[in-house]
Amino acid sequence: MRAFDYIPAKTVDEAVALLAEKGDQAKPLSGGTDLIVMVREGRRQLDLMVDVKDIPETNVLSYSQETGLHLGAAVPCYQIYADDEISAAYPGLADAAKIIGGTAIQGRASVGGNLCNASPAADTIPPLIVLEAVCVIAGPNGTRDVPAEQFCTGPGQTVLENGEFLVSFKIPAPKNNSSSYYLRFIPRNEMDIAVVGAGASVVLDTEKTSFVSARIGLAAVAPTPLFAEEASASLAGREVSDEAVNAAAEAARHIARPISDMRGTIEQRVHLVEVLTRRALNGAIHRVKES
Amino acid sequence: MSEKKEYKVIGTRPIRHDGVDKVTGRALYGADFQTTGLLHGKVLRSRHAHARIKSIDTSRAEAHPDVKAVVTAADLPTAADKIADLGESAVNLKYLCDNILASDKALYTGHAVAALAASDPHTAEEALELIDVEYEVLPPVLEVREAMEDDAPLLHENLKTDAMGEKSEESSNVASHFQHKKGDIDTGFAEADVVIEHDFVTGTVHQGYIEPHNATALYNPDGQLTIWCSTQGAFAVRQQVSEILQIPVSKVKVVPMEIGGGFGGKISVYLEPVAALLSKKSGRPVKVLMNRAEVFEATGPTPASYIRVKMGVTNDGRITAAEGYLAFEAGAYPGSPVGAGAMCIFSPYNIPNGLIDGYDVVVNKPKSNAYRAPGATNAEFAAETVVDEICEKLGMDPLEFRILNGAEEGVSRIDGPVFPRIGCIEATEAAKEHPHYEAPLEGENRGRGVASGFWFNVGLKSSVAINVNPDGTISLVEGSTDIGGTRASIAMQAAEVLGIPAESVYPTVVDTNSVGYTDVTGGSRTAFATGYAAYEAAQDVKQQMTERAAKLWEVDAAEVQFADGDFVCVNGKDERMSFKELAARLDEVGGPVTGRASVDPTGVGGAFATHIVDVEVDPDTGKVEILRYTATQDAGKAVHPSYVEGQMQGGVTQGIGWALNEEYIYDKDGRMSNASFLDYRMPTCLDLPMIDTVIVEVPNPGHPYGVRGVGEVPIVPPPAAIANAIYRAIGVRMKELPMSPGRILKTMGKL
Amino acid sequence: MPKKVHVQTTINGETVEFLCEPRQSLLEVLRDELGMTGAKEGCNNGNCGACSVILDGRLVNSCIVLGVETEGKTVETVEGLAEPGKLHPIQEIFLEDAALQCGICTPGFIVATKALLDKNPNPTEYEVRYWLAGNLCRCTGYDKIVRAVLDSAQIMSSEVGA
Repeated sequence: MRAFDYIPAKTVDEAVALLAEKGDQAKPLSGGTDLIVMVREGRRQLDLMVDVKDIPETNVLSYSQETGLHLGAAVPCYQIYADDEISAAYPGLADAAKIIGGTAIQGRASVGGNLCNASPAADTIPPLIVLEAVCVIAGPNGTRDVPAEQFCTGPGQTVLENGEFLVSFKIPAPKNNSSSYYLRFIPRNEMDIAVVGAGASVVLDTEKTSFVSARIGLAAVAPTPLFAEEASASLAGREVSDEAVNAAAEAARHIARPISDMRGTIEQRVHLVEVLTRRALNGAIHRVKES
Repeated sequence: MSEKKEYKVIGTRPIRHDGVDKVTGRALYGADFQTTGLLHGKVLRSRHAHARIKSIDTSRAEAHPDVKAVVTAADLPTAADKIADLGESAVNLKYLCDNILASDKALYTGHAVAALAASDPHTAEEALELIDVEYEVLPPVLEVREAMEDDAPLLHENLKTDAMGEKSEESSNVASHFQHKKGDIDTGFAEADVVIEHDFVTGTVHQGYIEPHNATALYNPDGQLTIWCSTQGAFAVRQQVSEILQIPVSKVKVVPMEIGGGFGGKISVYLEPVAALLSKKSGRPVKVLMNRAEVFEATGPTPASYIRVKMGVTNDGRITAAEGYLAFEAGAYPGSPVGAGAMCIFSPYNIPNGLIDGYDVVVNKPKSNAYRAPGATNAEFAAETVVDEICEKLGMDPLEFRILNGAEEGVSRIDGPVFPRIGCIEATEAAKEHPHYEAPLEGENRGRGVASGFWFNVGLKSSVAINVNPDGTISLVEGSTDIGGTRASIAMQAAEVLGIPAESVYPTVVDTNSVGYTDVTGGSRTAFATGYAAYEAAQDVKQQMTERAAKLWEVDAAEVQFADGDFVCVNGKDERMSFKELAARLDEVGGPVTGRASVDPTGVGGAFATHIVDVEVDPDTGKVEILRYTATQDAGKAVHPSYVEGQMQGGVTQGIGWALNEEYIYDKDGRMSNASFLDYRMPTCLDLPMIDTVIVEVPNPGHPYGVRGVGEVPIVPPPAAIANAIYRAIGVRMKELPMSPGRILKTMGKL
Repeated sequence: MPKKVHVQTTINGETVEFLCEPRQSLLEVLRDELGMTGAKEGCNNGNCGACSVILDGRLVNSCIVLGVETEGKTVETVEGLAEPGKLHPIQEIFLEDAALQCGICTPGFIVATKALLDKNPNPTEYEVRYWLAGNLCRCTGYDKIVRAVLDSAQIMSSEVGA
């Protein structure tokens, strides 16, 4: 590991200035559970880590039924699932926060870092997609908003420009009769990277018998996590049934274009997309019906 | 059965002697060693699985101001082509040296090519980039059957097959072929009503100890070399270092630090000679630590294997014949545990006619090494799966079948040895009688499987010295590094002899200059053989103390006996003195008492285990959940039952990992893709239920307390037991390890 | 030599100052700069838990925390658990239950257990296994460790209740 400098930034502007000055030789540090390992293993070389987790805006965690969730990019995972109100409003996000690494990882790792790491297999990205999260990005020209599904552009690649960093997420308040669910397939029961991940959010009608709308997000089946747009749209207006769910799962399977690697083969991943999409939708539906 | 002996200390559960140090973080493991002037070494490793080393230029590294020494294979003394006696495994010295630092060829990704020492580990790591190595990249061969083909790339141009004592003309990757025969195999199969034959494949797996390899060396100007390291055998390190560096053993002192797991993987040296050379060149102590990726890529995994098993039985359930073909990947240099696998494959059974062929085959993977009952798990996975299918065909209860055909005293193994008193049938009966075996297992996609296992255990040499303290305690000096609580099990055997509590023994594991020769902590031998030495040393103490008591009482030594912890005068004089009382008065009758013993016991008792497992398979994902697990095992006599249970539970868990997920995954160029704990996927506690244990005690006649080795056999049954349970859950027979979700889906026809 | 940074932090209740390079992890600082070798390196990438410490009340892997990040923070390590002349109850029970073999993972498990019981004094077996899934043990099969954690919880809550 090459030597690097470390500067804890106190404000968004300070962080932006430092990052802009060093360009691709600087990275924001939050929980560090990905970044420190990557730098140590030589997969990324840096001159500077800008610690952004003491900036007030990256630490915000506020929720109201009117405005939804404002989630600082550096908030560690455990704070999400430890908050009963947030877990109840965004169960799919809590599902993901609960399974990233082990307990010790969750004490540091943030949803923001998970997104910026831009792994195709990132667990929090499908829930961010299905919950219509908007990413608030700060940069030399002020702030801009980017929908979660547009944030990643390739493995390890994001829309972040020179000097920009992710400050927080805005997630809309959950609609009536809605819920969300995330699950992944891993060979063990914890500590693995998703072979495939699937998240779903559903809005049902007041009788809870038909879909008003649905969103499906997938991980580890393409160079970036995917919003399964057609599969999601296929559910709107349909009766809640195994047929509808299976058809959406089948449609999700068609957009998967995974690779074979040490975590799974193409055939296995394509098969799992359908299985997990079905389970994610059924999980979300079940939660609406239980509520 | 002989009457059960009553013991005061043996069979109790005292707090282990090294316990407080280990729960407070005070125990010093190899990486914890510090000394003044310490330099830090790093090893440059080949990124090619097979390459000729054309040149190594270290000049840029040597010019770096913070680099204090650089070494390559050129710094190793020319190694003679001779065999070093390393206990469980014999290692060809040339190969041994080349595995430390490659001389002419890099034979696996991760193969050490050069090393350097610098002022701090980060600087050392960065400076590795300054060593220039020119390679001629060669095609690798990564699988045993491919390596056996005539046109396979050759790892060693001069390697000839040793086929039952005859050397082949042609060079080959097959280092050796051996055969065991018993009875007449053709007659045996002719007598059979049912014959089952299958092929099996097992993956490369690592021992997975949590502590990476480490070594610190100080080479003094007087030629005296001291090495501090985590090892299963300080004397084995001394021996190997002496051979590799061509210096007398007396010039090498090895100080065994606490060891964070070994399972057979910390017997061979990797870093010790490198640290020694770096220290010699720099004139300073040098510490070299591996990182986790290096542990995976450059230390001994246990080999992948291809195994074919054919067994014949009569309709009434008697085995008439068994045939086995075992081809094991040795890794880069010859010496896989295929021999041990062949000794175990059919050994839980009384088989009249048998034939076993074994092949040791080099491939472009790290040199394979022992891993807990090395070879047996691969082999018995195959045999025990075939046995399960036989039972299914016969409609016979699989434990009934095992009891009916079970090995017992007087039965000979196919490889020759005749069993002494063993507990094969008793361990199986214990499983059959366990409530788990009859418990209802409801729900879809669930199944129960059983399997048995055998490991022969070893004896070998151990030394112990005991000093009697005036407060009635004893200090016990031993040479067996304590990986799992053996200070306690050894101390308890001395305590039993002397009638004192376990807590009155102070066991210490010492360096190679401070105790007699002791073989490795391995082969399930430590509680047996070093325990035996402790027993003998305590007998020596008892004898001397008896003489001292006689002197004190002015009687003949023959008139003093030791009973119930007291020395008693039996000539009518009313004299009685406890061990403690006499210890306080030794100075009156000649001063300190030291007992000692060096043993090489031959009465090794083999170990048998039978396991029951319930699984549930997710038919959509292929994932296997372990619902319930019960392990029975003959321990001979459990010295410290808690640590016997712990060995059983740990072995089971390693076996579960091997069965379900653990394997080396290689890319086409022969680079390991999953060299991390993240992707190698050892079981976490969330993957497991509690593991029930039943300790069966059929005393080993070859040990004064009936002790058998217990550490290794529990890893043997799990893969077959789980495969058999999967079959009962979803109706598919898995013949490849690991039985990972993808493989299960594929076998189910879902992919 | 890269420039070192001055850091002041609180370790096991005591104010500690040290110099370290930004690239040095908290684990390296503890072990190499401060001589506290209770936290162990098993993987150096957050996958084994042998280096577990408690940072500002949260369980973390010290191998993926930078030493410089601990400025002004509080760190609890295995060395801080026992009182003079008395082991922490978790340490006592790990010994009584024989919940260790080689012992290399033991400091990490004990620290993780403390962090768990600080938050959840009466965990279920599933909660214990879930919490400890990031701590690898290769020797014990976890059975005796999980039992020791459950026993610790019981004994510690009865001590509090007494």
